[in-house]
Amino acid sequence: MSKYWVNKFLYQIDRDPELLERYRTSPRAMVETWEQSIGPTMTSVEISTVNSFTPEEREALINQDYVALFEMGAHFFLNLTLFIAVFEEEYTARSGPLAFQLEFGRKLSHWLGREYPSVAL
Amino acid sequence: MAKLVATLASTHHPFYLKATTAPKEKQIPQAAEWKRKVEAYRETLTAAKPDILVMVGSDHFHQFFLDNYPTFLIGKAPRYDATFYNEEREFGIPKYVLEGHEDFSRFMHEGLMEEGFDFAVSHELKIDHSIICPIITVRPDADLPVVPIYTNIFVPPLASVKRFWNLGRAIRKVLEAWPSDKRVAAIGTGHLSLELGGPRQFGPSGPDPEFDRKAVAWLANGDIEAIFENVTLESMVQSGNATQGFLNMILMMGVAGPVKADYADTLDLYHTMEAYFTWYPDGEKPARVANARVEETV
Repeated sequence: MSKYWVNKFLYQIDRDPELLERYRTSPRAMVETWEQSIGPTMTSVEISTVNSFTPEEREALINQDYVALFEMGAHFFLNLTLFIAVFEEEYTARSGPLAFQLEFGRKLSHWLGREYPSVAL
Repeated sequence: MAKLVATLASTHHPFYLKATTAPKEKQIPQAAEWKRKVEAYRETLTAAKPDILVMVGSDHFHQFFLDNYPTFLIGKAPRYDATFYNEEREFGIPKYVLEGHEDFSRFMHEGLMEEGFDFAVSHELKIDHSIICPIITVRPDADLPVVPIYTNIFVPPLASVKRFWNLGRAIRKVLEAWPSDKRVAAIGTGHLSLELGGPRQFGPSGPDPEFDRKAVAWLANGDIEAIFENVTLESMVQSGNATQGFLNMILMMGVAGPVKADYADTLDLYHTMEAYFTWYPDGEKPARVANARVEETV
């Protein structure tokens, strides 16, 4: 498991409008490209060789499965912000303001009253 | 020596600007009241006539990430860009450039190190909404130089409740030792109970209204002993997964000291309770500041 790597994916996609659009429309291709070339690039010279996704993490990112990511301990702020960017417009057009955020909460309701998966690395 | 003229602590709701500038028919029902309360809170800063602002916030993975996340960091630069692309996208917050004050940053950095706080420093700091939200609410002309201070409120492990309080105390001590005739205001933002990316998010109120009621009373009363007795890093998480932002409110009360706030106000909104506190040193409350007191009993 690499929570760090999952968080880095969420962080880098969220802060770049071009990557965000690619992830919104072609998540599998974006995850594969990120794993191969974007994630490991530390600088134009330095490459990181020590991180990788587990199959479960990769699938959760490809499926844009924010419930699974929450359960793996992805950071709540990154997990919320990126998926608002991916889904909010469509939900708002269909069901009004905050529709996505409320559904996100509802899908995690089985965690009410329990200790959440830790975001600590 | 420099004079601390006001200490302000508030929540930072990134949707304030959007909520209060949307076309009337699209505004949330509380928008007018929210604007009124924020403008009254703004007056508590304006009346203190500050020359320079020490601003406490927390980077939300905008410039800093898990490869290198500072526990405490001070900015030392002639100017600071502010507002990241993803904040413009999500919150509709505009870009700003804030003037810095390198001499004061250097003095604060060295002084805080002397006091036992080993700060990281950034000479190229882009500021996020934790500092721009209070600029929008209390100094919308963004016309004063700032010394930005960042704390870690959401990358475990965090510094303790007591450490945040003591940092506030140290900031007060160091800023008042600055050889300058400037009038300094300290402004910080954090949260009451808050949930982000969890099952309790975006509810009709904050995730733990009971905690909010107590927390507001502790701050309004300057009751740090009650905070030490009742609040731990673990207990805050029980009140909402992002409630550790309350640590910045504790830090700001540390700047003011264990004394009653001269101004305290709240607004119950969906998702979170908003809260606004101002302390003046030695009870020097400017005559033009309105009386706002919240219910102080726990």
